[in-house]
Amino acid sequence: MIPWFAALAAVLILIGLYVSFFVAPTDATQGEVYRIIFIHVPAAWMSMLCFVLMAAYSALGLALNARLSYMMAAALAPTGALFTFICLWTGSFWGRPTWGTWWEWDARMTSELILLFLYIGYLALRGAIDDPRRADRASALLALVGVINVPIIYFSVKWWNTLHQGASVSITRAPSMAATMLLGMMIMALAFWMYTIAVVLARVRCEILERDAAARERFTGAQA
Amino acid sequence: MKARHRRAVFIAVGLGALAVAVALVLKAFNSNIVFFYTPTQVAAKEAPVDRAFRIGGLVQVNSIQRQSDGVTVSFVVTDTAKSIPVSYRGILPDLFKEGKGVVAQGKLHADGTFTASEVLAKHDENYMPPEAAEALQKAGHKPQAAATLKSNP
Repeated sequence: MIPWFAALAAVLILIGLYVSFFVAPTDATQGEVYRIIFIHVPAAWMSMLCFVLMAAYSALGLALNARLSYMMAAALAPTGALFTFICLWTGSFWGRPTWGTWWEWDARMTSELILLFLYIGYLALRGAIDDPRRADRASALLALVGVINVPIIYFSVKWWNTLHQGASVSITRAPSMAATMLLGMMIMALAFWMYTIAVVLARVRCEILERDAAARERFTGAQA
Repeated sequence: MKARHRRAVFIAVGLGALAVAVALVLKAFNSNIVFFYTPTQVAAKEAPVDRAFRIGGLVQVNSIQRQSDGVTVSFVVTDTAKSIPVSYRGILPDLFKEGKGVVAQGKLHADGTFTASEVLAKHDENYMPPEAAEALQKAGHKPQAAATLKSNP
């Protein structure tokens, strides 16, 4: 199944980038610079979604003692961290020409930066504990505590005065952007989903094989 | 109750308690998280007096005046209810325009004027092709006006 998702991701990224650069019109206020949105927003969505999924799998793992659940959570973390980084990076590149600054300690940006640190902390914590079962439980707890940050990121632009503008796309009202722009963004978001599914499944498979091998080694080691 | 149900309830209750705690902390820090103050808040003396802070609002139409030295600019920041005259020496961002959002960092003087050390443009969440913006303007709408401002909690 992994090659299918990977192929789908590649095709969708090509279509999405084509729509983003050649089909979507120039923005009235920002000109061509706004096209960063086609990477920035899908990456930001993915960065938050990955953490929510990580926390959900962690909760499931803690409740059911399910090892596969922990492995899914762990496999999501590097991809989530990657998208968080892409989001911050493209955001910085977008902020310079439009707002006039690379970085400001605004609630949206700061909370997204905290998300990056949470991902890094999660990965570091897993890496620091040798016993995989203890690492699973400790990192799951971190994911559950950290997930509180996700609604803060999402609603930061509503709750406080921020430099970052409000959401262009939300469930409660019609999107405030031209249809072709929205199309490009949605295709890119879908492409990022497919990429995430492919990469996470591949990572879980690798993790299962590694743990299997480690268990077998322990078993034969004990016998000898 | 099975062990796994007990654990699930424990996790749910823990998360709930954590959410409440975080909400309380954020509420307590509210004034530190606010990125800028609106002119109405400044008029109500909610902004700090002894240190630099940011004001945010719209650049009032027909208020931008360039001084003869070429780098000093004065303009009025308004939230349609109150307004503050601002002077600034430096380079303005490309999106800085009359009628558009702006955030300025600096100090408020006793006479109610504001000297900015940094001026940032704030744009809104509307994206449209230039033709659509023109059509909106013809129809009498002001695109990208008050949307950048929101009533503050």
